[in-house]
Amino acid sequence: MNVVVAKTGTGRALGDAFAVARDRLPGKGAISDLRRQAFEAYERMGLPHRRIEDWKYTDLRALMREVLPLAPQPDATALDRAAGTAKAQAIEGVRRLVLVDGVFAPDLSDLAGLQKGLTIRPLRDVLEAGDALSGQAFTADSSNPMIALNAALATDGVVIEVANGTVLTQPLQIVHIASAAAPGAIVTRSLLRLGRDAVATLVESYLAADGATAYQAHDALVVAIGDDARLDHVRLVEDATGAFNISSATVSLGAHAHFNTFGMTTGAHVSRYQLTVAFAGEGSKVETNGVNLINGKQHADTTLLLDHAVPHCDSREIFRAVVDDRAHSVFQGRIIVRPHAQKTDAKMMTRALLLSDEAEADNKPELEIFADDVTCGHGATTGALDENLLFYMRARGLPEKEAQALLIQAFVGEAIETIASDTLREVAIAAARRWLEARA
Amino acid sequence: MSLLEVKDLKVRVDEREILHGLSLSVNPGEVHAIMGPNGSGKSTLSHVIAGKPGYEVTGGQILFRGEDLLEMDPNERAAKGVFLAFQYPVEIPGVTTWNFLHAALNAQRKARGEDEISSPAFLKKVREVAKSLNIPQDMLKRGVNVGFSGGEKKRNEILQMALFEPAVCILDEMDSGLDIDALRIAADGVNALRSPDRAMVVITHYQRLLNYIVPDVVHVMSKGRVVKSGGKELALELEESGYAQFEDAA
Amino acid sequence: MPAVQETVERVRRIDVDQYRYGFETLIESDKAPKGLSEDTVRFISAKKNEPAWMLEWRLEAFRRWLTMTEPTWARVDYPKIDYQDIYYYAAPKPKKTLSSIDEIDPEILKTYEKLGIPLREVAILEGVEPPPGGAPSANRKIAVDAVFDSVSVATTFQKELKAAGVIFMPISEAIREHPELVQKYLGSVVPTSDNYFATLNSAVFSDGSFVYVPEGVRCPMELSTYFRINERNTGQFERTLIIADKGSYVSYLEGCTAPQRDENQLHAAVVELVALDDAEIKYSTVQNWYPGNSEGKGGIYNFVTKRGDCRGRNSKISWTQVETGSAITWKYPSCILRGDNSSGEFYSIAISNGFQQVDSGTKMIHLGKNTSSRIISKGIAAGKSQNTYRGLVSAHRKATGARNYTACDSLLIGDKCGAHTVPYVEAKNSSATFEHEATTSKISEDVLFYCIQRGLSQEEAVGLVVNGFVKDVLQQLPMEFAVEAQKLISISLEGSVG
Repeated sequence: MNVVVAKTGTGRALGDAFAVARDRLPGKGAISDLRRQAFEAYERMGLPHRRIEDWKYTDLRALMREVLPLAPQPDATALDRAAGTAKAQAIEGVRRLVLVDGVFAPDLSDLAGLQKGLTIRPLRDVLEAGDALSGQAFTADSSNPMIALNAALATDGVVIEVANGTVLTQPLQIVHIASAAAPGAIVTRSLLRLGRDAVATLVESYLAADGATAYQAHDALVVAIGDDARLDHVRLVEDATGAFNISSATVSLGAHAHFNTFGMTTGAHVSRYQLTVAFAGEGSKVETNGVNLINGKQHADTTLLLDHAVPHCDSREIFRAVVDDRAHSVFQGRIIVRPHAQKTDAKMMTRALLLSDEAEADNKPELEIFADDVTCGHGATTGALDENLLFYMRARGLPEKEAQALLIQAFVGEAIETIASDTLREVAIAAARRWLEARA
Repeated sequence: MSLLEVKDLKVRVDEREILHGLSLSVNPGEVHAIMGPNGSGKSTLSHVIAGKPGYEVTGGQILFRGEDLLEMDPNERAAKGVFLAFQYPVEIPGVTTWNFLHAALNAQRKARGEDEISSPAFLKKVREVAKSLNIPQDMLKRGVNVGFSGGEKKRNEILQMALFEPAVCILDEMDSGLDIDALRIAADGVNALRSPDRAMVVITHYQRLLNYIVPDVVHVMSKGRVVKSGGKELALELEESGYAQFEDAA
Repeated sequence: MPAVQETVERVRRIDVDQYRYGFETLIESDKAPKGLSEDTVRFISAKKNEPAWMLEWRLEAFRRWLTMTEPTWARVDYPKIDYQDIYYYAAPKPKKTLSSIDEIDPEILKTYEKLGIPLREVAILEGVEPPPGGAPSANRKIAVDAVFDSVSVATTFQKELKAAGVIFMPISEAIREHPELVQKYLGSVVPTSDNYFATLNSAVFSDGSFVYVPEGVRCPMELSTYFRINERNTGQFERTLIIADKGSYVSYLEGCTAPQRDENQLHAAVVELVALDDAEIKYSTVQNWYPGNSEGKGGIYNFVTKRGDCRGRNSKISWTQVETGSAITWKYPSCILRGDNSSGEFYSIAISNGFQQVDSGTKMIHLGKNTSSRIISKGIAAGKSQNTYRGLVSAHRKATGARNYTACDSLLIGDKCGAHTVPYVEAKNSSATFEHEATTSKISEDVLFYCIQRGLSQEEAVGLVVNGFVKDVLQQLPMEFAVEAQKLISISLEGSVG
């Protein structure tokens, strides 16, 4: 492996930035040490590049070149702009938690009348208080340079706890809004803990206020789902078309737990979402589904790791990419079945639809299996819209773009239909429709 | 002026000429049958009239109400009233029949400058037609033609024909893959749509279908040309003596 | 090799010592001094009476190799190889120049006889002369080139091949006799700088087979090469070059065995195929190198670069492999689909048992228009083995109409082994249609029970199920090989259930 130590010009600038930013970063003592170690880990590895197998198709050295200095604390104007965006893109009936330029914005968030068993705190407060939870927020794998960087530089986030047996009646939404006009790095980290038998729905949205363009969003979500608990999760990336969104989610499940997650990327210039799901208890079930709808010169990478470490768990993945113009879609999905994880049932299906001759789709589904009594499989297809279907539809009077739109909707529909909540499914369908309408 | 006029049509596929100067004139209210052996170019003709990509027209014209059909996109032709009932209707998974029919009907109306049809009016209309063709409601909720039997697919084609009310219907080998009962149901559906304003072109290999859909004019095609035209008795004559007599005429 | 100590430490007794070919033949041999240097390269080149251009070519490769590092991306784990602890050249000591098979050292012939290789078989030997009466024989004839350690010892059917215009000879001879063909094509598919092991091979290869099928000729018989590593501490670095000129057809078979030894032996071959316009090459391998014993001791390290170039329009290259041997297999027979309408196929059975590690698959690189490829891979992991399929399918921007179908199935026998699937599917143009599917499962206990209830033994039942599992690939092999491969599969899996 050809690792260039990050003592390049870029690395040094970032090192300086870390030194400068340290005063702004919440957490002292042990947390401060963790941040320093994480930063050193990042410096050893540097920005990932194509010679690192996991980053083969998303070469951040070429695409991103450098990590920008942290975005400044949002001022009153930035908060105003963000408030406008939050309002315009509001989803009915959810409890909104807003982060503006990496800082929790209580005035834009809905913290009133929390249901019993639900606590929500800004990460900053948790870290400053030296709470027991603060260490857990940083346990994420630091062998990944971008997750390490996030641990080093995270300025804020939300820490959500759902007590044992609590069934949330209202979905929660974390809204990431980039508002500063000047390009900067927005580094956030959030923690969600679901107790035993708890049930929750979490939506994450990435939005840009007017004027925010070439920012870099780096979020890390750390989720622990307790025994017999259920989490429904929807993630919508609608960042500005000049922005970067390099984020991760690390999810662990107890026994007989259920995690249903759906991610859709329509925004950002370059995005990468790394989802790692670890099965720690038997009898659990995971559905991870997603859609990329991209055009122009967008680059969208979804990288999944399903780690079956215990027996009797099921996982299902349905992924759909629709790639137009010169866009580039990447899907990497690895299923690991560790020794003793017998009776694992894991299936993954990824399909890419190329709408233009210059579009590119790379699929790398992977099976890594160390137990024999399993049923595992994956499939991958790549192709254009079926000419025969298009002709049939046009012969019935549908204009070409409309016929295409119907077929594309059907294509992504298979993934979108897996969203359990009616409201959230409609939100996703509407976002897909917006993309298709913009295309026509 | 005839409704559909094909004049000296020459068509190539992959450098090979399939139609060598075919002419055909169809008036409103008429039912024309085009018969011919396999490979005579019958399906090519239907595809070119509907505008399927992959065919190169090297000569001749197709006029629809005097307008040059070859200049139009397939969907424009549909909106003008040209309907092709496919020999092998495709399956479109994920697009429900309801949704598809509604979108197609509105696209046609929009192209003609008409108002879109409201959902309740559309529902009512589809239900009526579906009932008359013995198409169960749940078939309409499924993906277009997905999991349909051969007969169901053909009935779905006729359902669309009834719904879109085209001026000319081209039925491409409607009888292929149908047993006698399914054929009768389909033919009844087609006959119900015969009207003084509407023309039909029935493409078939076998005379059998013409017992159910009785044509006004019969054309015999061979090697890319119409080699003989006549009344419905011509079809019976073919049944007796086969196509061989026409092979040389071509 | 210093690998020994390490492998000994991984010892755990399981009963899989079934290798039938593990005998050693005692014959005198002529060896280069141990180790690798420019002198070794010069020694080999001199032994072969090579022209100056060939020596230059080797030296260039050697210098390049010194700058390279051993690849680590494959899912195989082995102690570091000491490249100075290997003999790079070993040849049976020739008594005199051979003019017919009968003059070959009888010890060598005995070896091939034990291997069941048809070199000495009556029908074949009769075939040196045209069969009496010219009546077409029910058994197809196979021309054999036998490579013992590093040197080709016999090539049969020369006369008949010559009549058809087919050149089939040791590559060492071809370098001297057909330099224009060798110079034109050698290294044109696998460049000397291609990868660590291919570059090493370019520097030190000692022999292998050369085939040229002229324009419009359908090769009148199957061509076959048997490779045998016999000497201790010897690396085998054979080089095969097959050229099918316009409109020609050739089917080529390759078989490999080695004696049972405690230490690991290195095998780093390069195979280059060139198919010109409308030509077709069918390349089949039954690889049965010594896999090491039941404790994971010994066995061949098999690092092979095989690549076919569909250079002409409508050309076709088809790889079929049955991989049952070697301690480590690192092998990706690939097709470069350069000519318009060209097609590539890869049919593979990879069986691993004991402590074997297999990382094998293919690359289908679509460059021309309307190219198509098909991959059928069957992996079977038993014992404590690790079995990985790694494959790339890519369509470049201008490869309009590219099509691929891939099916990778893995079967696990026992819970101590691993089966892995790592496909890379890369499409850079919208008219490419790629379909990939993979499954991993265990042998159904219901099916096994059903078979056993009908009177089969556990092992017979497993053999039956496995042979059914690999049937699609076996069908691709020429008849004679299919039967042999089927037996081999059963043998390889003996002791895997218990």
